[in-house]
Amino acid sequence: MLPDRHGRYGPYGGQFVPETLMPALLELEEAYRRISRDQEFRREVAWYLKDYVGRPTPLYFARHLTEALGGPQIYIKREDLAHTGAHKINNTLGQGLLARRMNKRRIIAETGAGQHGVATATVAALLGQECDIYMGTEDIRRQRLNVIRMRLLGARVIPVESGSCTLKDAMNEAIRDWVTNVRHTHYVLGSVWGPHPYPMIVRDFQAVIGREAKAQLHRDTGRLPQCLVACVGGGSNAMGLFHAFYQDPVRFVGVEAAGHGLESGYHSATLVAGSKGVLHGAFSYLLQDPWGNIQEAHSLAPGLDYPGVGPEHSFFKDTGRAEYVAVTDLEALEGFKLLSRTEGILPALESAHAVAYLQKLAPQYGPEDIIIVNLSGRGDKDMEAVAQALEVSGDAQ
Amino acid sequence: MKRIEAAFRRLKKQGEKALIPFITAGDPDLQTTKALALEMAERGADLLELGIPFSDPLADGPTIQAASNRALKMGVHLQEVLELAGQIRQETEIPLVLMGYYNPILQYGLERTAQEAKRLGVDGFIIPDLPLEEAGPWRQAAMAAELAPIFLAAPTSGAARIKKAGHLTRGFLYYVSVTGITGARQALPADLVAALKEVRTLVKCPLAVGFGISTPEQVQGLAPYVDGVVVGSAIVQRVARLKGPELIKEVGDFIAALKAPLRK
Repeated sequence: MLPDRHGRYGPYGGQFVPETLMPALLELEEAYRRISRDQEFRREVAWYLKDYVGRPTPLYFARHLTEALGGPQIYIKREDLAHTGAHKINNTLGQGLLARRMNKRRIIAETGAGQHGVATATVAALLGQECDIYMGTEDIRRQRLNVIRMRLLGARVIPVESGSCTLKDAMNEAIRDWVTNVRHTHYVLGSVWGPHPYPMIVRDFQAVIGREAKAQLHRDTGRLPQCLVACVGGGSNAMGLFHAFYQDPVRFVGVEAAGHGLESGYHSATLVAGSKGVLHGAFSYLLQDPWGNIQEAHSLAPGLDYPGVGPEHSFFKDTGRAEYVAVTDLEALEGFKLLSRTEGILPALESAHAVAYLQKLAPQYGPEDIIIVNLSGRGDKDMEAVAQALEVSGDAQ
Repeated sequence: MKRIEAAFRRLKKQGEKALIPFITAGDPDLQTTKALALEMAERGADLLELGIPFSDPLADGPTIQAASNRALKMGVHLQEVLELAGQIRQETEIPLVLMGYYNPILQYGLERTAQEAKRLGVDGFIIPDLPLEEAGPWRQAAMAAELAPIFLAAPTSGAARIKKAGHLTRGFLYYVSVTGITGARQALPADLVAALKEVRTLVKCPLAVGFGISTPEQVQGLAPYVDGVVVGSAIVQRVARLKGPELIKEVGDFIAALKAPLRK
């Protein structure tokens, strides 16, 4: 099982961080390996996932979407129904409990869409931890409601005004905070990215998505799916869905954000259109200029607006275990409308990318085939952005 | 590498400690950086540290972040910094150390960076986001080009890592004074002197201390415990504030004031 003991997935991953943080990463890895094997800890996580988060989330057979697409049977993994409205809480709950075991009384996090920030603030409130959330000012503007949520939950939201004022810059600031306060602070990374052991820890806490989906589909149909589809920003919901199926003959498709279109340069399609390099502690695919400076990512979905991606996805891309594609803002909006109208489910704009790609996948499959799409979050947070975008495209009836 | 070693040997003989000023190359432009470098060499700097601009300098505080952004806007990248180092080398023999994040060096190519740096008269590199665990390929490329791979140790490192860093580093070991990012500070940690005394017992190589050091008084307080002192943000603040001959004179005077307590 990857990663290897250097935190590598093939050539990807690693620990490219300032020396000040290295002892903290080594401590975290040691603590995680010890604590995650502890039966008491596992019971604790399981209890909170069931009674607090509301797991298992349903695996819903989307009859009307299936009919609308006219091909394979579509099942939706309803992470939007998890507490706080997205899959993010699976990870923040695990890391919050881990931080408590490690006697770190303060937790910090970066957030883009605000979902990870809300999920972190929620767990901090639940566990009585001090909590600071770093968020770019551009995202604060786009995701005002989530800012209010975080503050109501007792977290401080710290605006970040450097660079593009989005997720990557929030992550820089969170890392700088961690460098400064590492002795008593745990950094709750929000996706399967960053330095080892984070990609492994976040994957393990998110793997509950795929474990449940596999068991649920088996119970309902006795079968494996032909294909899994999930959106990829950093890639935690996709990795969470894929992981339990790693050894199975199941196709993995990760959908990135093509923004205004790949050729426009305004996109977040790291795996589809990026190149290899080091960002935020890991060697992975990223968006960069020829000089190795990190480029700004663009997507209507703030949770996908990141110029890097988890190292295990880079490994999956190179080995062909998963394929990665990209859909544009406009296509994602079509996906948003499609799911809303056929099933009465408003998807998060991030998840709408995965839904949108179903339209391209469906013709490749027959009616006996099964596709599971991960609905990583609900769309309430995106109402203003969607209303604005649909108005711009003259389609707000 | 040889120039760095020779500088520390010479200073030791004279009973002096090294002043190692840092500025970001290309802030506000390459010409000014060159003039500043030569002035600092003239006024008491013993080694020069030039920053390579990067879009995401996550070990740096607001002062050096802003300097990095100004330099990037001038189109200054690793190649321009290497060329600038070459120009400075034609006018002075002061040891030149480049400080930059890993990705730009990785994209330029580790061997290519090391070979060109050597050809142009650079003596060493500090890469703040390349810890010992990941430094193998770079260290090999640097050593092959007789460039010093300079490693850092931090207050969180612990004795075992400090020993290892002291063993692998060349030129000097860079001890990070604070648990934190770069930036001028009013007060340094109360336990810094004790920490430096301990590091002394763990490593044999020359020891320099940096991060947060901004006044001649702070330099004086640390001088007995180290072989060199790095001052960065306090100089970069002056670069941000002043221009032209006034800037050159102010930085020169500041260097002289910082160096004074390092002379016996």
